[in-house]
Amino acid sequence: MAESMAELPGGLQSVLARYDPGGFFCELTAPREGGGREVRLIAERLARLGVEELRRRARQVERSLYDLGVTFTVYSDANAIDRILPFDLIPRVLFAAEWAQIEAGVAQRVRALNLFLHDVYHDQHILKDGTIPPELVLNNANFRSEMVGVDLKHGTYIHVCGVDLVRDERGRFFVLEDNGRTPSGVSYVIENRHAMLRVFPDLMADIGVRPVDNYGLMLRAALSAVAPSGAAEPRVVLLSPGIYNSAYFEHVCLAREMGAWLVEGRDLVAIDDRIYMRTTAGLMPVDVIYRRINDDFLDPDVFRPDSLLGVRGVMAAFRKGNVALANAIGTGVADDKAVYAYVPKIIRYYLDQDAILPNVETNICREPAALRYTLDNLDKLVVKPVGESGGYGLLVGPTATREEIAAFRERLVHDPANYISQPTLKLSVAPTLTEDGIAPRHVDFRPFAITGDRTWVLPGGLTRVALKQGSLVVNSSQGGGSKDTWVLA
Amino acid sequence: MTAGATGDAATDRSSGLDAIRSTLPARYGDAIFWLGRYLERIENLARMLDVTESYARDDRGVGNWRSVAQINGDDVRFRERYPAATGADALRFYMLDGDNPTSIRFAMRAAYQNARALRPLISTEMWAQLNVFNKVIEGLGPVDIAPSRLSELCGRIKEGCHTHAGLIEATLYRDQGWYFYQMGKYLERADQTTRLLDAQYQLLMTAPENASADRVEWQLLLRAAAGYHAFRRVSPREISLQAVVGFLLFDEAFPRSIRMCVRTVGSLLERLRQTYPMLRSSNPLEAYDALDVSLTDRGFARLIETKLHDYLDLLQQQIGALSTAITAAYFDPDTV
Repeated sequence: MAESMAELPGGLQSVLARYDPGGFFCELTAPREGGGREVRLIAERLARLGVEELRRRARQVERSLYDLGVTFTVYSDANAIDRILPFDLIPRVLFAAEWAQIEAGVAQRVRALNLFLHDVYHDQHILKDGTIPPELVLNNANFRSEMVGVDLKHGTYIHVCGVDLVRDERGRFFVLEDNGRTPSGVSYVIENRHAMLRVFPDLMADIGVRPVDNYGLMLRAALSAVAPSGAAEPRVVLLSPGIYNSAYFEHVCLAREMGAWLVEGRDLVAIDDRIYMRTTAGLMPVDVIYRRINDDFLDPDVFRPDSLLGVRGVMAAFRKGNVALANAIGTGVADDKAVYAYVPKIIRYYLDQDAILPNVETNICREPAALRYTLDNLDKLVVKPVGESGGYGLLVGPTATREEIAAFRERLVHDPANYISQPTLKLSVAPTLTEDGIAPRHVDFRPFAITGDRTWVLPGGLTRVALKQGSLVVNSSQGGGSKDTWVLA
Repeated sequence: MTAGATGDAATDRSSGLDAIRSTLPARYGDAIFWLGRYLERIENLARMLDVTESYARDDRGVGNWRSVAQINGDDVRFRERYPAATGADALRFYMLDGDNPTSIRFAMRAAYQNARALRPLISTEMWAQLNVFNKVIEGLGPVDIAPSRLSELCGRIKEGCHTHAGLIEATLYRDQGWYFYQMGKYLERADQTTRLLDAQYQLLMTAPENASADRVEWQLLLRAAAGYHAFRRVSPREISLQAVVGFLLFDEAFPRSIRMCVRTVGSLLERLRQTYPMLRSSNPLEAYDALDVSLTDRGFARLIETKLHDYLDLLQQQIGALSTAITAAYFDPDTV
């Protein structure tokens, strides 16, 4: 049993009697400044309920999430199955001081990335003076030449940003990656809190947890702030690929929270470089499109010609400033895993500040020395392809078999520029309800930042938890679940 | 599509907020109109299957299933898929057969697809109930439609439909979407009543003369339309062809009579036009007027005595024309 537990009351020891975070940092029980009273309250209340009652309530939550259709769709073979994101009842708690660092660090990052995007799509100072290798940006598949010279309101390219954070054994936060294209997951933040309040009304009492339910209002305000000038009451729509998209529930949730229509490509039409929505009473102009469709599919005139999901002519309307797109086109060049390694430099370059949230040490395999180091240490490193997301195609050295490492080595040597490597972090853990009682499971954290004319960070975020014992992969597509995240006031 | 079409919308930015509130994407209009139609269809099918099964066990055996197939005009398809054409086959055809567009399973799947598209519009409670209801129907197997369980199952399905109707009444915001939902529901109900009448009428005309069987048929018809008790109150002394048909066609107070349903659609159309900037309402209103004339003109009413089938056929065509006119005027992307 961990030493920190000694300070906790006897009750907690009864549910957490065999809980041992081992050498990892525990998000609930690790001693740190502030929040001790709240943690004790939570622990006492959990103890009073006992494991069986927790299990009963867990089933109740999962049932309600399923009935409410808070689900994502998994496509395997020919089947589409609606699945809930497994939800763990025991909240992840962030103390006020911890949150202050995250909030400032995320806002700083978003500010720097927006300045970076404006620069690379205009004068390209940062490339010309060699701070960042120009080919890394200009030859990047996510660099969109259509954006060169396009001016955006408030210089905002990344209106919604999800920054993935992890914590090491000493409790230090690191940025694992930036998600500046169409980051998802915020609906689970909102829904997890609802679920928590439904089945755990007694857990949150007298604990000052900051609310997350104004996300939609803030998003709507930010999107209104970037609407083309002259729109008194900007008309905002959310553009979704439709009911068969795996994130459709999230699109529904956000459209509702924003009071905006969820539309599909076929609901919109471009006439004379303006965008209109087809309504029962004719065409209605649209000012802002919060799009949850990737760049590639957005406009068959400009990008993939076979796309049926997008709106023909939307790019022309966008370039003329007649409609705002959030996020803007071409933001993928800023959250690319290779560019990621340069973000601390980017922050210094534009803001003359040190990064408040450090990067994980990253080896860029396009650089010969880094490649050599990576090849020599494959069994100790995590190697990731730069273009992928969702935890696909990566190698986790310490848990991989010899055959897996050998196969990966071949791929890496064949195309080194497509990979980065990082040391395996001793990811922090949080008490999680498992078949063996309450046990430590690894977690990460994705806070969400909204930017219109300024940046606001939702006080909360998506805590993803790797439900398999010892696993470090938290992605929902690979057996991850989630927790409610409580930011203490 | 012409640029001139843009003039139809409230494009004046100063009136922004009201325009937004009164807006409904055409695709949502279509989806909620059909949600109303499919839920009504499910309820009608459940009523009919329940009543038919109960009465088929009396003295007419499986013969009554023929009339069910005729109600929906799918007796040919039914016999192709189920050559033995037993009562059990008919139940499977109407309850479980996802390839049969007049089955409860088919209607539920279609309703569910529409409900998914409507999630941003409808209330959470409405969505959750349909989500669960759909899973119940999807989970049904042959065991559930065994004769001993059928009545209970039909009861549960009707209850599901009524819970849905209650949630519509209690939780659905009453803007355009609500109007289109109600129009879909009442058009479908009117259509179902004409089919019910027509099938029973044809069965009677082809069956050997049998006065007592007549009474059973008409009772079955009234019960399938949930109108037996109301009819007894209106017509305590006689249960004749004229009286029953007149009741189901024209009664001003019976919620499933064709006149009641059609007039409800008419007043919805009129209120929709007055409340929202619907400049394309002339075709639906014309189609409604034609239908209303058919239900009012005594010349048509006289057809009941001699050519009921032709008359019902006319009503069905006009109901279909009204539905098509509504779709074209409000939901069709090519004209909107």
